[in-house]
Amino acid sequence: MCAKQVKKAPHEVPTTGHEWDGIREYDNPMPRWWVWVFYATIVFSIWYTAAYPAWPLIDRATRGYLGQNTRADVDAEIKRFDDANAEIKAKLVAADLGAIAKDDALNQYATAAGAAVFKTWCAQCHGSGAAGVQGKGYPNLLDNDWLWGGAIEDIHTTISHGIRNTTDPDARYSEMPKFGVDGLLEPAQIGEVVEYVLQISKQDHDATKAAAGATVFADNCAACHMENGAGDRAQGAPALNDAIWLYGGDRDTLTQTVTGARFGVMPSWTGRLSEDEIRAVATYVHSLGGGE
Amino acid sequence: MAFLDKHKAIETHATLLLVLSLLVVTIGGLVQIVPLFYLENTIEKVEGVRPYTPLELAGRDIYIREGCYVCHSQMIRPMRDEVERYGHYSLAAESMYDHPFQWGSKRTGPDLARVGGRYSDAWHVDHLTNPQSVVPESVMPKYEFLLGNELDGKRIADVMSTHALVGVPYTEAMIAEAKADFAAQADPNADSAGLQERYGSAAFGVKDVTVSNFDGQPQLTEMDALVAYLQVLGTMVDFSTYTPDPSR
Repeated sequence: MCAKQVKKAPHEVPTTGHEWDGIREYDNPMPRWWVWVFYATIVFSIWYTAAYPAWPLIDRATRGYLGQNTRADVDAEIKRFDDANAEIKAKLVAADLGAIAKDDALNQYATAAGAAVFKTWCAQCHGSGAAGVQGKGYPNLLDNDWLWGGAIEDIHTTISHGIRNTTDPDARYSEMPKFGVDGLLEPAQIGEVVEYVLQISKQDHDATKAAAGATVFADNCAACHMENGAGDRAQGAPALNDAIWLYGGDRDTLTQTVTGARFGVMPSWTGRLSEDEIRAVATYVHSLGGGE
Repeated sequence: MAFLDKHKAIETHATLLLVLSLLVVTIGGLVQIVPLFYLENTIEKVEGVRPYTPLELAGRDIYIREGCYVCHSQMIRPMRDEVERYGHYSLAAESMYDHPFQWGSKRTGPDLARVGGRYSDAWHVDHLTNPQSVVPESVMPKYEFLLGNELDGKRIADVMSTHALVGVPYTEAMIAEAKADFAAQADPNADSAGLQERYGSAAFGVKDVTVSNFDGQPQLTEMDALVAYLQVLGTMVDFSTYTPDPSR
């Protein structure tokens, strides 16, 4: 506790002369530290307007003697990180795609950088763990059932140009006819071919209908999905003789698919991602388990 | 300090105090705001930015109606982390036809300034219908009802006239053909030559309008409009050919 409180007698402090109902206002000076901080802020503000863009003139504002500007700053900041990785990025871009996995340092960089790219740009559709979205047409990238090919060159092409988009002329393209909507097949024929697909994928089926469906399949489907529904990667036609389905393999979903067709779109990433990023994410996807 | 003692006259006169305060605020406002309208380095001319098509404009109204801006901003700030995640930092000119603009930095969801073309139309429909079906971690609400709300573009010409009133360069032809353009953009089988002539590369230099059946349904719904709007965000300026002046 403060033993001696220095208390000035009322008459020692001048008053402001204001008086309300006999209450007078002391005219004590502001604390010195406060006053000096106040003066310092004034000095700072003058320096600040000289150092940074501030005063509007006829056609532009003063630039400030420090010449600071946000756009140059962010460009420099990005360049700093690009430069730090410039050597390995150049190596990644120059490398033969098939050789990336054989070079430990390069593979390590590409997989780590690719994982970051994947989580930023790809995870929204393919899932943060790359398992896709079952039954919705977003393919699982963890298995070896590839639509357009699982070699790193194939993955690289798919990422670079995308699938069935309208922005990239080199996008992978194929279009399944809408057999029901456009009247290419009668509803009964669709029912038969669905039974056939259920048969080749080893599910419960109606054998008589499936036998009729085999002909429908051979005439309408086999050109893309191949005999016995083995699929064709050159056309992105999925294999139909396994238990892996993009939109679902049950009777209702298959009928829907044959009737209205499917048209899965993937954006083109050239331009949005740099070549080293595309190669990195291709390496990452290739490393997930199904790479060929 | 006789001059400083005069403040008593102001402080004891409420009306005078009010008038002089207003004067001070006015001068401050003029000095800060007026130069922005004439300084050349605040008005950056950028090639490719065009007014929204009728369908995109309707989608934008839905975006605002549903309060998307409460969680999503449309402004990529010039910072490395944002540029790496979302793409090139936003330019003021990219939102010059936005009334009101959708700038901000408060993000519960990601910034959408460059979401256009980043996902497929089908993804947007799946995601808006049930966000958790494609992004399990998402906290976004479901907007399934958009698929059921049909639009006929009845009032879109009026909306465009209102935007023209505040400076968006909608021509008379654009307003006259608004309803036709509105329907044409959502139908790949329709004749979209008029739409492209008014809004495409012929009129604004860089890109054609994306025509697509955005929601995958035969009828034109609010989902079509909203996805059309989302798919155009940030795509108007071609940064492979345009480099902003770094000294601005």
